[in-house]
Amino acid sequence: MAANKSYVRFDWLMIFIYIALVSMGWINIYSASLSDAAKGFFDFDQIYGKQMLWIGLSIVIIIFVLAIESKFYERFASVIYIISLVSLVGLFIFGKTIAGSTSWYDFGGISIQPSEFVKATTALALAKYVSDIQTNMKDLKNQIGALIIIALPAVLIILQPDPGSALIYAAFVFPLYREGLHGVYLLLALFAVMLFVSTLAFGAVWVAVGVVILAGVLFFRNRKKRPNILKYVLIVIGCITFAFSVSYIFNNVFKQHHRDRFNIVLGKEVDARGIGYNTNQSEIAISNGGWLGKGWTQGTQTKGNFVPEQHTDYIFSTVGEEWGFLGSMIVVLLFVALIIRMIFRAEKQKSQFGRVYGYSVAAILFLHFFVNIGMVTGVFPTVGIPLPFFSYGGSALWGFTILLFIFVKLDGSNYHYA
Amino acid sequence: MRKVVLIALVLLTGLLFSARLFYLQIYDASPDSLSENSAIKVMYDYPQRGYMFDRNGKLLVSNQPSYDIMVIPRDVKPLDTLEFCGLLKITKEEFKEILQKARTYSPRLPSVVLPQLNKADYASLSEKMYKYEGFYIQRRSLREYQVEHSANVMGYIAEVNNAIIEKNPYYQMGELIGTAGVEKEYEEVLRGIKGVKYIQKDRFNRDIGPYKEGVFDTLPQRGNDVQLTIDATLQKYGEELMIHKRGGIVAIEPETGEILALITAPSYDPSLLVGRERSKNFTKLWYDTIGKPLYDRVLMGEYPPGSPFKTLIALIGLQENAVTTEDAFPCYRGFRYGNRTLGCHSHPSPLSMIGGIANSCNAYFCNVYKRIIDKYPTPQEGIDAWRNDLMSFGLGDFLGYDLPSGKKGNIPTSDYYNKIHKFPEHRWSSLATISNAIGQGEVLLTPMQMANFTAAIANRGYYYTPHIIKNIIGPDTIPKKFTEKHYTTVDEENFYPVVEGMHQVYQRGTAASIQIPGIEICGKTGTAENFTKIGGKRVQLTDHSIFIAFAPMDNPKIAIAVFVENGYWGSRWAGRIAGLMIEKYLKGEITRTDMEKYVLEGSLEAEYAKPYSGQPFSINH
Repeated sequence: MAANKSYVRFDWLMIFIYIALVSMGWINIYSASLSDAAKGFFDFDQIYGKQMLWIGLSIVIIIFVLAIESKFYERFASVIYIISLVSLVGLFIFGKTIAGSTSWYDFGGISIQPSEFVKATTALALAKYVSDIQTNMKDLKNQIGALIIIALPAVLIILQPDPGSALIYAAFVFPLYREGLHGVYLLLALFAVMLFVSTLAFGAVWVAVGVVILAGVLFFRNRKKRPNILKYVLIVIGCITFAFSVSYIFNNVFKQHHRDRFNIVLGKEVDARGIGYNTNQSEIAISNGGWLGKGWTQGTQTKGNFVPEQHTDYIFSTVGEEWGFLGSMIVVLLFVALIIRMIFRAEKQKSQFGRVYGYSVAAILFLHFFVNIGMVTGVFPTVGIPLPFFSYGGSALWGFTILLFIFVKLDGSNYHYA
Repeated sequence: MRKVVLIALVLLTGLLFSARLFYLQIYDASPDSLSENSAIKVMYDYPQRGYMFDRNGKLLVSNQPSYDIMVIPRDVKPLDTLEFCGLLKITKEEFKEILQKARTYSPRLPSVVLPQLNKADYASLSEKMYKYEGFYIQRRSLREYQVEHSANVMGYIAEVNNAIIEKNPYYQMGELIGTAGVEKEYEEVLRGIKGVKYIQKDRFNRDIGPYKEGVFDTLPQRGNDVQLTIDATLQKYGEELMIHKRGGIVAIEPETGEILALITAPSYDPSLLVGRERSKNFTKLWYDTIGKPLYDRVLMGEYPPGSPFKTLIALIGLQENAVTTEDAFPCYRGFRYGNRTLGCHSHPSPLSMIGGIANSCNAYFCNVYKRIIDKYPTPQEGIDAWRNDLMSFGLGDFLGYDLPSGKKGNIPTSDYYNKIHKFPEHRWSSLATISNAIGQGEVLLTPMQMANFTAAIANRGYYYTPHIIKNIIGPDTIPKKFTEKHYTTVDEENFYPVVEGMHQVYQRGTAASIQIPGIEICGKTGTAENFTKIGGKRVQLTDHSIFIAFAPMDNPKIAIAVFVENGYWGSRWAGRIAGLMIEKYLKGEITRTDMEKYVLEGSLEAEYAKPYSGQPFSINH
């Protein structure tokens, strides 16, 4: 094919799934936030009206993102990254506190949450760093370099404090692994996330008990291979130390408002009626759906606002109640399809930059998908992060839109070289 | 490997969520019923309970509005307990106890705090209720009795208990259910169907409008009115006659089986069991273990029938060809067997059937009874044949009438005597059971059964199952079983001599003193020995006064059994009362005012006090 600079081929499957998820998201936000005061779909006083506005602005953002020359993203990745870090630091001075965390800038009544955009800028910076000709992920120096790129925003976000959003930075271990990082790091990262979440959810003592039991079982099963006892003991001690330091930092280093925020994210704070109220209500709502659901705006639990935060983090419970097993499965399958399609396209990238970026986006979406629906269906502890494209919120929607469409642009330009 | 890990994880996650969703939504889906849904409040609208009328259309019971203070414990917010208790007129301790009980029952479902407030209390409370979250006033309909009699017939309604709720999901805590009498028997007819409203709530438990615009809501359906077979005038008169006596009256219309009057004494004013004093009054009635006003003596009391039973012995004797009307037997001031004598009173001797009935000769019936039993090769077969004949009169088993209480009475079987006499080691003969001949011994009947066999004699051979329902208004039906004739084993022609004997009782026999001008009564007096236990010792009390009768002799309109505990001679109390009841029913007025005065002014309270006095006492005066 003749080289043609203006020739761009967008991946319509990804765009179609994006449109599908955003539309379904709005339909469910409408139902979850419906009130008697409503004056039609475009009532901007209502949550669903605002979301309509955010969606409209997303279209503008998409046009912008797609219009920018794809080389721009690679060339200016570091600059964009640094600007975004500055925006995070700036929060400590100019930030606005909502629900205990100082994660917002207030622009005349519209709140912008920079951390939602930093995911994309970090992905760009990481892609740029890893794709550098001198970078080798098997090299410890480069590993540390990559870790710093990831850790800087993560730490700044933890300090806001917004631990849920920070948790997502663990997703970057997937692209690094793809690029040659040893598999142990992947396991380690996953294990650390598990330890981190379970320590905060269940307490260090129970985690220690669980680790000892797990190690014991593993040792017992492998006893014929004459395992090194010392190695087991060291790992167990390491894990327990980690759990207790997390617990110590949480209880002694953090201030009360940090702890409150963690507890909100972990669902402990709003759980006024006993452990697991949110999850319980969410499960009840989903169970109510049955095969085909109760129908749009007909969910009893949704109407009664039994599930807290239903239009944001718990939006999937509305899908479960009103669209039933069928509707829930469609949403799950759309996410699975989008992520897998993205990985496929990432593998097809000519440039390492495009591949690392695509992988990062896929991993971020995956982690959001896994943690959010896992929480809403009660298979994962409560960690308050939004469901991409679905949950209410301008910053989140725009952040994910930018995240996705930079890749759509990179991927589309990929054909240019073909 | 590096390329597939993330894909594998994504697919695995998809699979995990699919499985989880399948489990939540399909496999373990929570019950879909609206009442189980915490987001839906179920409100009930209670219909009016059906009225009751007497056979002539006189209103017996209607409804009045009543108001229950209800609580949903989960919704209770901190409140000014002292002020609230003041309004409810209860103490703080009582209030706490009530709340605790409600919480134990269910934090989510309503319980009654204070039942059955009247309109005045409601008015003063209703404007202040908004202050007390979690409490509300539930309007119900309560009984309003138009008469002071028939309490035992109509029965009463009461709050359902946990056992009923568990068995019957229609009922909820605080609702009312027929618990005795017609209220219980015809509960489903009378109660109607309550209306349901589903209300969508939010998580703060606020109502946010009807669920799905009310498509599942239903309107209450009023209960059906019922017309009873009771004649209110007769019932009222009977209850007045029975004042200061214990026992009862059952009057049946023989040609239909309709119960004209069902009187137990002592009784109570049905209005006592309505309103805020209900529980106090009920306790008082319940714990009156001497008078037992809640105990229906005519349905539940099993008494030795005494001499009225002789009419049945005569009928069976004729039917079993054990005796003819001409067979006469001598009386030696009693019936002698072995070295024993079953005593009798003074009268002409020997007597055949009609004279035997008229004079109630014990010796005559002992001979007839002995012949019946001895006609069979063994006394066992004899007893069983005799029992079979008696059961065809509705004795020895539940009659099947439409009131929720009753007893079988006792007509002994051969097994019964085999056990007593330790057969086969010891043999027994008809003489061992000779008391049966005169309605004493092991034979026990309820007054209702006595009235029923009297109706069968009045009909000369059949009866209809006695019933209290004349018409369920609306469907205009009654159960089919009440329109079916039950034939006795005794042929029609055998009834005529017995009926004649019963007529002689009235004309010149034991009941000659109750003759009423213009009415031909057939009757039979009874004076039954009875015993009680005082301090573990068997003590004889004054005989029961019993009378059965039907009138007029031809084409009878009323069959009646009257039972007056410890009234002595059959004709003294029971006979007089039966005569007055018959005259009241047939003529509508009383000509034997001397008899009426005697009964109305007479009292047996002194007699009833004797066993409780702790002093030795004499009987049968």
